[in-house]
Amino acid sequence: MTLTDDYLKYPKRGHGMDHDRYTWSQLHERPAVTWPNGARIALWVVTQLQWFPMDMKPAVPVPAGMVRPYPDYWDYTLRDYGNRIGVYRIFKVLDKLGIRSSVAMNSALAEMYPYLVEQVNQRNWELIANGLDMGHPHHGDMDEGEETALIKGVLESLRGLSGQKVRGWLSPIRSESMNTPDLVAANGIDYLCDWANDDMPYAFETTSGTIHNMPHAMELDDQQILIALRHTEQEYVGQLKDQFDCLYAETERSGGRIMAINLNPWITGQAYRIKALEEALSYITGHDGVWSATGSEILDAFKAQA
Amino acid sequence: MMREPGLYDYSPAVDRPKITWPNGARVAFWVAPNIEYYEYDPPISPGRKPWPKPNPDVVPYSHRDYGNRAGFFRMMEAMAKYGVRGSVSLNVAICQHHPEIIKVCNELDWEFFSHGIYNTRYTYGMPEEMERAMMDDVIKTILDATGQNVDGWLAPALSYTTNTFELLAEYGIKYTCDLFHDDQPQPVNTKSGKLISVPYSLEMNDTVVLTMLGKSSRHYTDILKANFDQLYEEGADNGQVMCIPLHPFLIGQPHRIGNFAEVLEYITGHDKVWVTTGREIAAHYYEHHYDNVVAALAAKRGA
Repeated sequence: MTLTDDYLKYPKRGHGMDHDRYTWSQLHERPAVTWPNGARIALWVVTQLQWFPMDMKPAVPVPAGMVRPYPDYWDYTLRDYGNRIGVYRIFKVLDKLGIRSSVAMNSALAEMYPYLVEQVNQRNWELIANGLDMGHPHHGDMDEGEETALIKGVLESLRGLSGQKVRGWLSPIRSESMNTPDLVAANGIDYLCDWANDDMPYAFETTSGTIHNMPHAMELDDQQILIALRHTEQEYVGQLKDQFDCLYAETERSGGRIMAINLNPWITGQAYRIKALEEALSYITGHDGVWSATGSEILDAFKAQA
Repeated sequence: MMREPGLYDYSPAVDRPKITWPNGARVAFWVAPNIEYYEYDPPISPGRKPWPKPNPDVVPYSHRDYGNRAGFFRMMEAMAKYGVRGSVSLNVAICQHHPEIIKVCNELDWEFFSHGIYNTRYTYGMPEEMERAMMDDVIKTILDATGQNVDGWLAPALSYTTNTFELLAEYGIKYTCDLFHDDQPQPVNTKSGKLISVPYSLEMNDTVVLTMLGKSSRHYTDILKANFDQLYEEGADNGQVMCIPLHPFLIGQPHRIGNFAEVLEYITGHDKVWVTTGREIAAHYYEHHYDNVVAALAAKRGA
């Protein structure tokens, strides 16, 4: 099969981006940001609480979904381990080190295990919407009406269960349709966590006005490092420390930076991994000028200066 | 279909003319950052789906965008610190989308060579006239934006037709980065014109090591040093080439850049290293070695 001449047409080949979601800008050229109390690093830990239904049939492949034939007790129960055991190991480490977390949660899980929502509220932590469940990734071929109803339902559920405003949105597997940012903004979301293109928040345009994208560091996700890339726990610790060292050094000339760490309790909450996480987090909090905060707190501090 | 590329003769490492580099260097060392633009909503090619998921595929799109927004600057600073000029494998649409990056590279006296228009536009299935039109676009775009002629070529997303190498030679492209059969430049057999391959060392490519093989940044540091040490040793007998092909969206991540800077410090800390560019390696080879090597190969063919 050969190509037609259309293949050499480039309608978006011009200055800036090939879409209208955000403006082109290089990180090092932006004004310096300062964090409360002169902190150098805003430490943003995001704990992800997710439900992988045993009968899931996602429209696009979901890494770590039910990968074996039905009934896949193996994958289902191992993910569920995170919500029963692993999460409490992680929370214990965070509590010990005085670290706050944003908790990204599937609304179906919040309904199944409201105890987890109470744990978040008791700590005065923030709840981020993480879609319905891991069997329902948003995607480019998704019907707009279906997606509108899904997003409305997810946010109503999480807001009702938690009493929180729920300002952040993380799509399951960070997958979006062309409409996702417009639909979440229309439903009162202030920030997205899906886009992996920056180390700082930046303004993101939607049909319901300007929201922001927060740097939910995809490369430092425990699932990415330990499961997808199969690194060892010590390599994981090394990457977290290397990331922190670079960002911490950059603050001397660039202003405040954000160190984002994403945790999946079924991965990092395993007994043999939890000390590795504690080692990395202790290293970070052992430095002067580290401000542990939720996504909303960091975004508000950022926006106050923009 | 062809059973083999037919682009070069068999030339065993232990029986070939000696290659020398300026000032008695054992290794010609070059760094090739791929400065790329992947489209948000690219057309579908019959040869390859641009993104795994239906458009938009936000994670891989935005991950690559990180390279231009944040990673490039860190990578550039690390290279400048150790006096390493880049040889940019350029998706030329960057000249329109992000001319600010082009300007910085040009001011640092970096080379630009072709990596097609966008990394989401593949050469697969292009009729010859279309591939020519693409090459015309690339050459004109780089000349207009940088004042440089295109000497080198790495096919966009490493996608080809069986016409590609003939066309490169006809267009006066001096070297290709698309052949991975050697640690030295080699003549490429084409019907017209002259073309050589310059080692682009795919095995040292950050995408291959960090993403395809899934290795850590510290492991990457170790293998880059090991590869250099071996070539430096072999270069005492016959000059070698080592290239590090990079992607700013990977190497420019905060958790990787420090480790990469350590590699540059290590390699440039050796005496007999020629820190150079793809264009300069090709020019030196044409001036001092091309005729000898072609004659030696012809003699073997006749024997």
